[in-house]
Amino acid sequence: MILETRGIGKTFGSVLALRDVSMGVAAGQVVCVLGDNGAGKSTLIKILAGVHQHDAGALLVDGAEVRFSSPRDALDRGIATVYQDLAMIPLMSVWRNFFLGSEPTKGLAFDVAKARRVAREELRAMGIDIRDVDQPVGTLSGGERQSVAIARAVHFGARVLILDEPTSALGVKQAGVVLRYIARARDRGLGVVFITHNPHHAYPVGDRFLLLNRGTSMGEYAKADITPQALTALMAGGAELEELAHELKRQ
Amino acid sequence: MTVAADERVAHVGLARRLLIRPELGAVVGMVVVFAFFAAQSPVFRSPDGIANWLDPAATLGIMAVAVALLMIGGEFDLSAGVLTGTSGLILVTLATRFGFNVWLAMLVGLVVALAVGLANGLVVTRTKLPSFIVTLGTFLMLQGVNLGVTKAITGTVQVSGLRRASGFEGANTILAGTIQVGGTSFRVAILWWVLVTAVATWVLMRSKAGNWIFAVGGNEQAARAVGVPAARTKIALFMTTAFAAWLVGSILALRYTSVQANIGIGQEFIYIIAAVIGGCLLTGGYGSAIGAAIGAVIFGMADKGIVFLGWDADWFTFFLGGMLLLATLANRLVRRYAEEVRH
Ligand SMILES: Nc1ncnc2c1ncn2[C@@H]1O[C@H](COP(=O)(O)OP(=O)(O)OP(=O)(O)O)[C@@H](O)[C@H]1O
Ligand SMILES: [Mg+2]
Repeated sequence: MILETRGIGKTFGSVLALRDVSMGVAAGQVVCVLGDNGAGKSTLIKILAGVHQHDAGALLVDGAEVRFSSPRDALDRGIATVYQDLAMIPLMSVWRNFFLGSEPTKGLAFDVAKARRVAREELRAMGIDIRDVDQPVGTLSGGERQSVAIARAVHFGARVLILDEPTSALGVKQAGVVLRYIARARDRGLGVVFITHNPHHAYPVGDRFLLLNRGTSMGEYAKADITPQALTALMAGGAELEELAHELKRQ
Repeated sequence: MTVAADERVAHVGLARRLLIRPELGAVVGMVVVFAFFAAQSPVFRSPDGIANWLDPAATLGIMAVAVALLMIGGEFDLSAGVLTGTSGLILVTLATRFGFNVWLAMLVGLVVALAVGLANGLVVTRTKLPSFIVTLGTFLMLQGVNLGVTKAITGTVQVSGLRRASGFEGANTILAGTIQVGGTSFRVAILWWVLVTAVATWVLMRSKAGNWIFAVGGNEQAARAVGVPAARTKIALFMTTAFAAWLVGSILALRYTSVQANIGIGQEFIYIIAAVIGGCLLTGGYGSAIGAAIGAVIFGMADKGIVFLGWDADWFTFFLGGMLLLATLANRLVRRYAEEVRH
């Protein structure tokens, strides 16, 4: 396991956001974190990303207990997070965004030629079809933007990639594009933590599934142990869904 | 599919890349304004005429370029205009009333100007207040200091007599002299302006700091999340503007050998206007140093051109307002087009 939590918990004042959650992600593995709104998914990954500090349980990197002091701290240990909105500067070109904060230099200068070339190569290696690295990121579609952020994390040596609902705002086709890059990152040996509340996105790409409900774990399942139907039912709280169907039925 | 798409980009890409340049509107504007005045006034297009309108363009241009960098970084500096006055007043006062050598007096002026820039930057980055308000405060304070101290020392609202100070000749030659090119004398300030524009363009387009400037102006939070030192970048930008104010203040003080205590007031908006004509967005994250320099050229051409045509100088602000509106509209169209071309 690269990254692991044991009985981790977090409270905000009197709000118990997360309680006793254990999970782990290994190299070349995709762990999906599923749960309804307010289940604690974002809280969990913010602990993994160094945004929040846990106040119960343990966080381990390569088997050793750690406590991240900042997102930079997590990043330095190879844990990269891609947020839905907080990823890029819309008016800047793809290559400028790609190297932002870690610009390659040649003497005093920003090695612009290298930045362009490497950005193009890295995107191509991930199979991302962006034809012009000079175009402003704001002109990319949501899925392309997520893909560039993923390629960026891979290039800068991330070992674990955390994605907070990368597909939630995307159409079916765009979501498929992002799922493909998640698989590609996995194939390159990264551990991926993929947060979503859509079991149809999670099931095809996931190896393990962590289900959260009201801040607690409802279990972690390997793909072999659960069917897509069971996953959906667990997520929605099967009984509640049937009740809803009944309620919505025409009188 | 990929091949076809790539070919399509080859065409769209070139057209768009030309159109997306922030200074495009300013270049068109410069050509139009030049053609307008040159067609009617032979003096305007003569070497002497060109030297004449390049002069105000140069001193304004140095400030406009620095202000453009700051605006791309997402901030304003309303104190930049009066700070030119403060720098000039320090120079002339120390050199004429306290027996300082001109170079030493300039050094003191530089330290004070950089301190003001640092203070602006620190307050803006620490408090997260809009720089518009913070530097408006600095502006008013400096305005008061400029007048109050000058009156207290001289009993009038100006200090003069710099010509007699030691070291004047050398400083004057370097900062406020003229150079002969083919029988026409050009102000040396034009060279400083070209140098400032070139350095600013290099920093913006070819340095790490340039990438950070675009980023903190475009989306500060996102920039910080990937490790960009946002506060340091902004503080450096405020200090750059202060440096430019010191340079321009010193140039003008050496040229006229006296400084009025109220000089520079109102200029801060002219700098911003030149930067906007040059393609800077008021919201930050987009713009160019060359554009701001061209904005200053347009300003200089209009300023002198109206005089050459024998018009009343009052028409100048009308013209300036029109240019500003046109430029803002052109920028918006260009940017919208650039963003609309999707593949
Ligand atoms: N900073 C905070 N301060 C107080 N309460 C918080 C804070 N962050 C999260 N919470 C609470 O913790 C609970 C879990 O929130 P979290 O954002 O982790 O949910 P989520 O599973 O990501 O939901 P969604 O699917 O809507 O994104 C919620 O009840 C939320 O109100
Ligand atoms: Mg969330």
